[in-house]
Amino acid sequence: MEFLIETILSGLMAGVMYSLVALGFVLIFKASGIFNFAQGVMCLFAALTFAGIMEKTGLPWPIAFVMTIGVMVFVAWAVERFVLRHLVNQEPIILFMVTIGLAYVLEGVGDILWGSDVKVLDIGLPSGASDYMLDNFNIYVEKLEVFAALIAAVLVGFLAIFFQKTRIGRALRAVADDHQAALSVGISLQTIWVIVWSVAGFVALVAGTLWGAKSGVQFSLSLIALKALPVLILGGFTSIPGAIVGGLIIGVGEKLAEIYVGPFVGGAIENWFAYMLALAFLLVRPQGLFGERIIERV
Amino acid sequence: MLYREAGQYKTSYQSDQAIFPIAQDRWVVWAFVAFAFLVVPFFVNDYWTNAVLLPLLIYGLAALGLNILVGYCGQISLGTGGFMAVGAYASYKLMTSFPEMNMIIVVLLSGGITAAVGSLFGLPSLRIKGFYLAVATLAAQFFLVWVFNKFGWFYNYSMTGQITAPDREVFGFLLTGPSALPWVKYLFCLTLLAVFALIAKNLVRGRLGRNWMAIRDMDIAAELIGVRPLLTKLSAFAVSSFYIGMAGSLLFSVYLGAVEVGEVFGINVSFLVLFMVIIGGLGSIVGSFLGAAFLVLLPIFLKNFMVDGLGMLPTMAKHVEILLMGLLIIFFLIVEPHGLARLWQITKEKLRMWPFPY
Amino acid sequence: MSAFVEPARMAGHSGMAKGEVLLRVDNVSLSFGGVKAITNISFDIVKGEVRAIIGPNGAGKTSMLNVINGFYHPQEGTIAWRGKVRRKMKPYEAASNGIARTFQNVALFKGMTTLDNIMTGRGLKMKKNFLWQCLHWGPALTEENEHRRKVEEIIDFLEIQAIRKTPVGRLPYGLQKRVELARALAMEPELLLLDEPMAGMNLEEKEDMSRFILDVNQQFGTTIALIEHDMGVVMDLSDRVVVLDYGRKIADGPPDEVQASQDVIDAYLGVPHEH
Repeated sequence: MEFLIETILSGLMAGVMYSLVALGFVLIFKASGIFNFAQGVMCLFAALTFAGIMEKTGLPWPIAFVMTIGVMVFVAWAVERFVLRHLVNQEPIILFMVTIGLAYVLEGVGDILWGSDVKVLDIGLPSGASDYMLDNFNIYVEKLEVFAALIAAVLVGFLAIFFQKTRIGRALRAVADDHQAALSVGISLQTIWVIVWSVAGFVALVAGTLWGAKSGVQFSLSLIALKALPVLILGGFTSIPGAIVGGLIIGVGEKLAEIYVGPFVGGAIENWFAYMLALAFLLVRPQGLFGERIIERV
Repeated sequence: MLYREAGQYKTSYQSDQAIFPIAQDRWVVWAFVAFAFLVVPFFVNDYWTNAVLLPLLIYGLAALGLNILVGYCGQISLGTGGFMAVGAYASYKLMTSFPEMNMIIVVLLSGGITAAVGSLFGLPSLRIKGFYLAVATLAAQFFLVWVFNKFGWFYNYSMTGQITAPDREVFGFLLTGPSALPWVKYLFCLTLLAVFALIAKNLVRGRLGRNWMAIRDMDIAAELIGVRPLLTKLSAFAVSSFYIGMAGSLLFSVYLGAVEVGEVFGINVSFLVLFMVIIGGLGSIVGSFLGAAFLVLLPIFLKNFMVDGLGMLPTMAKHVEILLMGLLIIFFLIVEPHGLARLWQITKEKLRMWPFPY
Repeated sequence: MSAFVEPARMAGHSGMAKGEVLLRVDNVSLSFGGVKAITNISFDIVKGEVRAIIGPNGAGKTSMLNVINGFYHPQEGTIAWRGKVRRKMKPYEAASNGIARTFQNVALFKGMTTLDNIMTGRGLKMKKNFLWQCLHWGPALTEENEHRRKVEEIIDFLEIQAIRKTPVGRLPYGLQKRVELARALAMEPELLLLDEPMAGMNLEEKEDMSRFILDVNQQFGTTIALIEHDMGVVMDLSDRVVVLDYGRKIADGPPDEVQASQDVIDAYLGVPHEH
């Protein structure tokens, strides 16, 4: 029984991480309709930059963190200035391909600047097992994972307030609904896009830092981030709660499957299980978890 | 002046619908085909076949296949690598189980098997659309690679987990294995590509092709005028996978000779072929080849330039190459989102008017 | 134009005589979630007539057409096509049964040329299998050319020869509407559903389109059901009119009769509703 609970808990924690990456996707998709494939690489890039700055300059982590935020804002600006601005009104598939190109660029730049060896990201995040849980419930839980869950909760709360209560948030939602209508009431698309990509960059930094603290900063990070994709199809591309719940479902499902199904088929099924789960789910409910029923019109 | 069509009257619907309605185009194409079949084989050596010609032909075939699905039928797929792996493993099993089988049959059967697998993974396309479908096809990518890694039957329980192509002949000439001659490999791939490019062109200008494009452009309207969505989408998945499977089969048996599934048929291949299609031009047969040529030749050129020209370290050069590829892709999509095929078309239209454009 | 008239075809595929009931809608109701789009509507369309469906915006006209050609499935009621009652039908089945359709917002295949768009409409009549299509030779080629000839007749009829090879995405709105009609005609339908065929057109274009509609009806004997907001056009073209308001039928009959009905006048001029 404890084992089952442990499995579920660790699945939930992994799910939180997926959710964080998925959150970045959702933000950009909502505001610009762009399926940002580079989000995973953005996590890697942010974590690499963060670790790289600390390693090269020896600055304390809060300063390095703020500097990395600066870098991500610069990336957002550059993406808008040099890429998106020239692609207004293009078909979604073209925009999607551009973000794959962007992923290559970020990967290349990250490697050239900071090298491609594995980096340790030690910023004093709690580590080891939680004694409290171990003593009282005889359940093994990583402190870091609990911490990550807390951070994610705070981040989601912050984003919710940002979207619902601020003027910028309202403009963002307007842009998400209709670009042209938003333009016609005087919202600057360009500013909005820079803001959205900055926020997505910030989310990527947080996600990358947490992943990096857990397993080191390396290229495989961007592959883990691919796991955010099934989370997205499960939760829907435009739903923030969907990203969270989807992440948790995928995280738990994956862990349970690995332990209870994996042995029968030779193991290592975590590479594809999430996708199959999402696929099976979509077949039953094409609109995702939180989407409204699609009524097609002609 | 040379390229004008004044005086070329079309007197039948057939000549109006020809692949190359303009006479000059026909001459150039025939000259090109003759050159590729009759001249090149006498001059190919190992370096040219292995570094340039074979990848060009094989990826051209794969890009053609993916273009049918993405460019003509509008269904985005990120599972190309996985489907190529199906083709490769199918031909490995066929080659080892039936040593006497003609290689042409092996390649065609591999394509057929891939078509069946592809249609299976195309089933969700009836209910899922757009990017949701794209992500769903990733399931195929990861699942198929896992299957070929996991189950020993597929690689005949070899110790390394690799598959290695045994020596096989086609019409008495050795085609596969380390001692096969370059011109045999080249001609084999070229012939397959030429034949199947023609078939693809015939399909897309016939009823099936029009139905694919109808689904791509507006699926609801297509259904209301009598196009059956499931059948049409599945046929696109099947035909596309057939081509991609043949490409995978050739990549393994003729080109590489030995394959480890995760390395050769990973998700990067899926992206590479998708890039070829996009840069070449969605919904264009010739675009598929232009895109394949561009993305096969570019890395060779970059590598030669940076490592030999600038004396860069190979690892650094690799990073710069990734960066440059990314930049070029972005640049291309901004400058001409409709790909090289559109540039080609515009050039031709200008040339028709030249030197009196008004 | 005259070459296109074949008396044999005018009799229709089903061999039904003019004046028989081609399609009957009985007590059909359709709702999306809690929203009722159509409530208990019955009417019929007889062979050879021009039947108009009118009503204010949101009255359920387009939903009605969607029900007829199988795109929406009504929760209640039945539809009888050529006397055969059916509950559910896939859109492509409706198409192969001889129901063609144009759309309120032009629904052409934007990436394809005018010619290819119209050829798509011939798809159901083309029978050569996959392998012949691969070869594009022999019987497949003959078939392709045969249908091309039919399509050229339609192109001549609608006077769109000049834009044959133009991608339809580049055409002006009025011409797109015409290509859409051509595509529907290519199916040689028995019943043609036209959803606001003249929306957004100028007077001249409207006159052209009205002429085409009448020609189709009279020369080919195609039964037509159309939705239109321009009352002048409706009164001139149609034999019978059905009026919808808030998903209910409020009038049904010849144009003059409907025009005089108090309910119709109320619906258009806006009398407070009782629900």
